Amino acid sequence: MIAAAVLAALAMICAVAAWRLTFARWTWRAPRTAILLWQSLGLTWGLASTGALLAFALDPYRKGVVHGLGEFLLSVEFGVRTPHDYLRLAALVAGLSLLAVLIALPLAAGAQTLRARRRHRLLLALVARDEPAVPGVRVVDFPGAAAYCLPGLKSQVVISDGTLHLLSSAELEAVLAHEAAHVRERHDLVLLPFAALRRALPWSKLVSDAQESVELLVEMAADDRARQRCCPRRLATALLRFGTSAALPTPQGALGASAPSSVMARVDRLVRPEVALPITHRFLILAGSVMLATSAPLLWLLPG
Amino acid sequence: MKGLGELERSIMDILWAENAPLTAREVGRLIEDRDLAPTTVMTVLDRLSRKGFLTRTRDGRAWRYQPAASRDAYVAELMLEALDMTGDRDAALTRFARAVSGSEAEILLKALTELEEE
Repeated sequence: MIAAAVLAALAMICAVAAWRLTFARWTWRAPRTAILLWQSLGLTWGLASTGALLAFALDPYRKGVVHGLGEFLLSVEFGVRTPHDYLRLAALVAGLSLLAVLIALPLAAGAQTLRARRRHRLLLALVARDEPAVPGVRVVDFPGAAAYCLPGLKSQVVISDGTLHLLSSAELEAVLAHEAAHVRERHDLVLLPFAALRRALPWSKLVSDAQESVELLVEMAADDRARQRCCPRRLATALLRFGTSAALPTPQGALGASAPSSVMARVDRLVRPEVALPITHRFLILAGSVMLATSAPLLWLLPG
Repeated sequence: MKGLGELERSIMDILWAENAPLTAREVGRLIEDRDLAPTTVMTVLDRLSRKGFLTRTRDGRAWRYQPAASRDAYVAELMLEALDMTGDRDAALTRFARAVSGSEAEILLKALTELEEE
C-alpha cells in the first residue's frame, strides 16, 4: 500500500506544482529550463496517477506495479470476494483506461498532426513561391500578416506576402531568426504532448493553462535565440506590428484570452530584459526535474 | 528538366489560368518546357488527380482535367491554419504571433508608437 500512497502523493504534488507554475513569472527569465520542468511534471503526473491506481489495485500481489501487472495479465485472476475487492477492481479499470488514454491520445494527435502537415506541405508546394529577397523562405500571396514554421524532417519557414509589406527588412530578419530557432530546436515536438493532453482532457482548466504557458515559453525561447542574432527592439516592433495588423475577422473562440497579454509580455521582455535566472537556480530546477522524472518509474517497480 | 514538384506547380498554374477543362495534350502545348514528353505530362496530371487537386472527366478517348478548387481556396486554407483560426489549437505549426482584436490592439499600437519614438 506504500507505493500506492506515495504515487498518489506524487501525482498531487505534480498537479499542485503545475498549477503554481502557470502563475510563476521566474519562468520567463529561464524559458528553456522552465519548459524542461513542465515536461518532467507532465510525465511524472501521468505515471504517478496511473501508477497510484494500479498499485492500489494490484496490492495483493506485493510485487509492485510492473511485475504485478505482468502477473495479473498472465493469470487473469483477480479474486473478487469482498467489497474492498470491488474498489480494487474499479481502480484497476480506471488505471488501465487512464494509461491507455495517456498513451493513445498523444499517438493519435501525433498522427493527425502529421496528416495536417502533409496536407499543408502539398498545398504549399502548389501555391507558395520563392522570393529572391528572402532566400530559403516560402512566400504565400496573402495580404494579412502571417509567419510560421511548418515542422518536419525538412522544416519550412513560410511568410505571407503581407508580412513582406508590413515589416522593415531588419524586422523581417528578426522574425526569420525567431522561426529558424523553432526549426532548429524542434519546438513542435515540445508542444505536441501538451496539445494532445489538452485534447484528452478538454474540460481541465489546468491542462489548458499548462498548454498556454508552454506555448508562451516556447515563443520566449525562440525570442531569446533571435535576440542573439539581431536587434531585440526590431523583434519587439515586429511583434507589435503583427499584433496590430488587422487580420481577418476573428471567428469566435479562436483567440485565447491570454493572447494579447502574451504579445505584450514578449515585447516587455525584449525591450526591458530582466536578469536571466542565476545558473545555480537553473541547475537546481534541472536536477529537480530529472529526479522527479525518474522517481515515478522507480515507484512503479517498488513492491508493496 | 524541372523537378516533379515544379512541374506540378506549373501545370496547376496553367489549369487555374484556363477556365475550361483541358486534355493532357492541350496542357502540354501550353507548358513552357517544350521538350517535355507527353507521357510526363500525363503522369503529373494523374498524380495531381490522385492527390485530389484535379478532377477529370471523359472526353471521347481522352481525359479532361480541371482544378478541384481555386488557387484562392487553397491559399485561404493555408492561411486559416497559419493564423490558428481553424478552432482546434493543434501543434501542426509554430506561429510567430497572433493578431489581436479591438481594445488590445490599441494597447499594442500605443506601445509600438512609443518604441518608434524613442
